[in-house]
Amino acid sequence: MSVTADETTKAGREDIVFEARGLVKRYGHVTALDGCDFELRAGEVLAVIGDNGAGKSTLIKALSGAVTPDLGEFLLDGHPVRFHSPADARAHGIETVYQDLAVAPALDIASNMFLGREVRRRGPLGSVLRMLDKPEMKRQAAQQMSELKIGLRSMTNPVEELSGGQRQGVAVARAAAFARKLVIMDEPTAALGVRESGQVLELIGRIRDRGLPVILISHNMPQVFEVSDRIHIQRLGRRVDLISPKEYTMAEAVAIMTGAVPGRAEKKPAATANDGAITAAPAAGVPAVGVPAASALPTRQVREATGSLADPIGKP
Amino acid sequence: MMTTTVVEPAAGARASARAGLRQVLGISTFGPLAALFLAGIFFSIKSDRFLTGTNLSLVLQQVMVVGTLAIGQTLVILTAGIDLSNGAIMALGNIVMTSLAVESGLNPYLAIALGLLVCAGFGLLNGGLVTSLRLPPFIVTLGTLNIAFALTHIYSDEQTVSGLPSALTYFGKTFSIGQTDVTYGSVLMLLLFALLWYVLSQTAAGRHVYAVGDNHEAARRTGIPTRRLLLTVYAAAGLFYGIAALLLVSRTGVGDPNAGQTDNLDSITAVVLGGTSLFGGRGSVVGTLIGALIVGVIRNGLQLIGTKSIYQVLITGILVIVAVSIDQIARRRNQ
Repeated sequence: MSVTADETTKAGREDIVFEARGLVKRYGHVTALDGCDFELRAGEVLAVIGDNGAGKSTLIKALSGAVTPDLGEFLLDGHPVRFHSPADARAHGIETVYQDLAVAPALDIASNMFLGREVRRRGPLGSVLRMLDKPEMKRQAAQQMSELKIGLRSMTNPVEELSGGQRQGVAVARAAAFARKLVIMDEPTAALGVRESGQVLELIGRIRDRGLPVILISHNMPQVFEVSDRIHIQRLGRRVDLISPKEYTMAEAVAIMTGAVPGRAEKKPAATANDGAITAAPAAGVPAVGVPAASALPTRQVREATGSLADPIGKP
Repeated sequence: MMTTTVVEPAAGARASARAGLRQVLGISTFGPLAALFLAGIFFSIKSDRFLTGTNLSLVLQQVMVVGTLAIGQTLVILTAGIDLSNGAIMALGNIVMTSLAVESGLNPYLAIALGLLVCAGFGLLNGGLVTSLRLPPFIVTLGTLNIAFALTHIYSDEQTVSGLPSALTYFGKTFSIGQTDVTYGSVLMLLLFALLWYVLSQTAAGRHVYAVGDNHEAARRTGIPTRRLLLTVYAAAGLFYGIAALLLVSRTGVGDPNAGQTDNLDSITAVVLGGTSLFGGRGSVVGTLIGALIVGVIRNGLQLIGTKSIYQVLITGILVIVAVSIDQIARRRNQ
């Protein structure tokens, strides 16, 4: 074991909402996740970046319940959990927004928001006749829309009449309405234009400000740096670094992501094995930035100085 | 439909204009209803026998079998499927019911129940093949159409079954409203339409049927058990075909192995004329009733004014193309 609770400060661990340790997922000869760690803290937007084939999408599928890892464990609010399906994850309060606008276009906004979770009338009309409470769903949908400032007033318009950004707004609002623990957004702006992407990014910020942590998967570096509090960098099936966008430049992040520069949690490349300057950070030093509880982010000098003292995070 | 006004300026106005267009052309039953009224007005002017209670009751009676088949067809089409086998399943049901009651001497109610069960079972088979093997519904039901047709003829030995106990023809009996005799079968059909209207428009299960036809993947991701839903839809459709079989037996008074051979297409016609999209996810069962009535009224009216009934086929063909064109245009505008 490398990183354990006692190694990290108590205060730092308390606000970890969702954590995964040592995830392994193999598809035949391909190892998509190779001892991957993950942590999400309260009140943050955590971006997950990684090149194609880094195991990013497998990690997200594992977090959202679509894939069950071969090895590894999940802790949700400190309690071990195991998801066998997306429905499992949903039952635990984890909602996912997908890139490809997963809405039913012919149904109206309120119906889409409550799809699969419809509200029935009170009394025998609901319990015996299974009658939907359409006014109540419309009311709640409108309230959610206005709280998130999505600018849609009529809940009876079919979703197909909305712009791409507004449709994604509906999907995000649905996730935010039903997520109790966290929201996963898988490339939510991939199908959108620049202006609409901006709206979705603002929405992500608003959801965080309401207290729901967000996991954002994106290829778009400027977006990641604009909206995230911390960045999980995935490479070769592992988390190789966990950085603050305030402390790193995009170029540095991309360098770690592509392997040009090793991440702090990365296995020491043989060539630089004796080069103490760029070795892994101490486990406790994995910065919990962008969160109120997180105190001082270690500067790069500090990290480099202490770098050789501890194992790379997540490595046995 | 009440639509609250959208306050966003230009885009809102455009959206609500499109919403209006969609309601006129697409989901709303306005178009089919207008067509039905136009046909009704035309025949009322041409023949003073058209707009009488007796004649309208006759129209209902003439559409009750295809109408009931079309209820099941609507369910299947809303999920973006299609059912070519429904006429054949109904024929099998009608032979099973009558043969069991007459040839095997079974209690007629038990015979009816077994007939319904066979039809629901065939529906379930369709659903199972569509969901498990992921075969296109068109191909699956083309196969089961032939299977059901063959079983009907093997089981009946090509013989018509007559001398039915009265329980099997109950729905052909009539009761009077004023001067007009109405068959129980017509009332049953209307009740089934009302039931399905309720389920589709007022319950979560109905929403899910639309959602699955509209965007299967999105429906699945929201946690709707799409496989189970599709199985239920096909099985329920089969049950409706069984009820149609009972209505058919009531109407004809015999078990006929050659019954219903074009009823699959007639039921699709009713669904399409009613404004339900063959691509799934939009439409209504009320539209299907109107669609069935359009065909029934045109056939009946042409007979009344002494025109050859083949013209009804001609007009129906044109109307189908018009209805599908309108659906296509509405869909393209919304994309």
